[in-house]
Amino acid sequence: MRPDAQTTGARNTGAQSTSAQQDGALEVAVLVSVGRHPVTGRARRADQDARGVELALSLAGARISLLHAGALDEESESALRGYLGMGFPALTLVEQLPGADVIPALADRLSAARPQLVIAGERAEQGEGSGMLPYLLAERLGWPLVGGLAAVEKVENGVATLLQALPRGQRRRLQVRLPAIVTVDAAAAAARQSAFGPAQRGEIEAESAAVEWDEAQPEWNVTPARKRPKRLKIVKAASARDRFKAAAAKAEGGSGQVLTDVTPEQGAEAIFKLLKDEGVLR
Amino acid sequence: MSEIVRRDPRREWIARNRLHPEHERVLAELGQSAGHGMAATEWMGPNGVIRKNPHAVGFIGPNGIKRIDRSGVQQAAAAGRGASAGSKAADERRQVIIEAPDFLVAVVPDLPGGRLSSHDRDLLGLARQLADADGERPGAVLAVVFGQADVEGYGEAGIDRLLVLEGDDIDGYAPEARLAALTAVDGEFAPRHWLLPDSKLGGADLGRRLAARLGERPAAGVWQVERDATCALGWRCTGRGAAGTSDIQRALPRVVLALAECAEPVSETRHAARPLALSQPLPPLLGRIEDLGQVAVDPAGVALSEAEFILSAGNGVKDWDGFHQAAEVLGATEGASRVAVDDGFMPRHRQVGATGTWVTARVYVAVGISGAIQHLQGIQSCDKVVAINLDPGCDMIKRADLAVIGDSASILAALVEMVQRQREEKRDAA
Repeated sequence: MRPDAQTTGARNTGAQSTSAQQDGALEVAVLVSVGRHPVTGRARRADQDARGVELALSLAGARISLLHAGALDEESESALRGYLGMGFPALTLVEQLPGADVIPALADRLSAARPQLVIAGERAEQGEGSGMLPYLLAERLGWPLVGGLAAVEKVENGVATLLQALPRGQRRRLQVRLPAIVTVDAAAAAARQSAFGPAQRGEIEAESAAVEWDEAQPEWNVTPARKRPKRLKIVKAASARDRFKAAAAKAEGGSGQVLTDVTPEQGAEAIFKLLKDEGVLR
Repeated sequence: MSEIVRRDPRREWIARNRLHPEHERVLAELGQSAGHGMAATEWMGPNGVIRKNPHAVGFIGPNGIKRIDRSGVQQAAAAGRGASAGSKAADERRQVIIEAPDFLVAVVPDLPGGRLSSHDRDLLGLARQLADADGERPGAVLAVVFGQADVEGYGEAGIDRLLVLEGDDIDGYAPEARLAALTAVDGEFAPRHWLLPDSKLGGADLGRRLAARLGERPAAGVWQVERDATCALGWRCTGRGAAGTSDIQRALPRVVLALAECAEPVSETRHAARPLALSQPLPPLLGRIEDLGQVAVDPAGVALSEAEFILSAGNGVKDWDGFHQAAEVLGATEGASRVAVDDGFMPRHRQVGATGTWVTARVYVAVGISGAIQHLQGIQSCDKVVAINLDPGCDMIKRADLAVIGDSASILAALVEMVQRQREEKRDAA
């Protein structure tokens, strides 16, 4: 329906061929996009997509294909070669013009190749970057989607056991029936370095596909990110004295409970009760 | 009433004469504003001039010295001792009841830990902004919550209608069942806007699923919403794009994923939070994603800045083996004050404070830390602080929600023993 980025926004998967499915290997497609360095603004391999490739490489017996949808030019080629340098002979490129909606082309490509597992980053580093691409693909293909993965524990009998990253360093274990689309969290293993030689030797196999234009995006006004205004502390005070007190107030305090002259056991019991109430003790 | 001031020369004379036995009573009658049993400080004189009794002003302070509080706070509090000040503050908020809303603004709060987070409150503030824009035809804010019916403060947060969805299949991580429920809500109530928090706690995931299902193109990372009559819904929004490096300004779509601090939370009004229900029960759904529950993680491996439970050591800790053992048994991430790090007892990356890490723990236990201002800055956003210290006058005690004065080593040892004993009991029972 809509592209995640103008030129390269989409990640793509490249399933190589259907013949691979016969020998029982796990078909994994990784959607890769062209990233943008946050400081220099140059094209690079996108951080989260590279983590997705690393996740795919950690799967035993997987047949991995890289897929990208977007235009091929000098900048994007150097960025895509960053993925090839992680140890791949080839990458499939579904050719799309800048400003095109890459989702139909990607969905067609995926439904034709039928990989078991599709891995994508959470959001693109260029263009809209709304993170909608995996969701729209999942909706189109009718596959389940799991977001924010830290690791894939195992894949057995068409069921994958996944480790999902939660805030505060917590993890959740999930099981999902394949085929499925998963997205990678920043907590997943960092990507390996890209080697220069294999990156240059690798091949970018371009495929042509029908182009659907993204109608809405040209109407938007895109500017470099402005620093968000800091929220001011609003003091609702009726009198000048209250306003002064609020402005001169030190850190909150005084409301806490202080236990003096207690035995260590009593003190420990009070702490134990608080930890229990907060639910931090397992 | 007549304009003529009626004089009672005898009462005036008594009011002037402080030695008269009825002086206090007459003063109280003259000053109608003051409460019973208190000397009047002001009354209307015979010529229409306000008279004041300076002796009756003020109160006796803690050291026996008379203090005068010109703000009137103390006097009002003393006067209305029966009616508490808390209920007075609550009454200042306007009660708003919207009987027949023109449209609905649906909000799906995250409710981490069963409480409205500040992000949820900001989002509800944004929803109120959208609902109340047209004073003639106000909309209502509909909150869709999953299984948290009894949360306090729904009305205060700005919720007009509350739809609680319950069921076994939407507990835990059940995005498919929740999506089906939200789709049913959309079919029945057809809200004009859908607002979800763009947060890792679940709102970002659920909102994108909903947008894909409804076929709407959402605006993600929205942090500003303005009126604009040229747009379809009458609003324009600004959101972050390209991994936070660009701002995209566009017409407000139907599904919005908003960042924290996108609007001011509701503070001046109270709302009804009237319960709603779906007319039909949710159809059973064959889930393809199964939640196997949370995994125990090694607390030492969790980054200090995002740890939930921190046991932090300072200069007062002498028994370091006992401290490390306590952290292990409690399952807490270890932190340290600058002194402990400088003395070489803890690694540098465990330092909490202005020069170390700013932590966001829910529970922070400070063992033998007196609380330098740099350290207190670092723990600003912690929810509950527990202090164990020998010095009852230190700053950490003032900050702490619970402070225990005593020897840290023996208290930690007792705590460890208590936790272990309780775990054994649980194991025996099981």
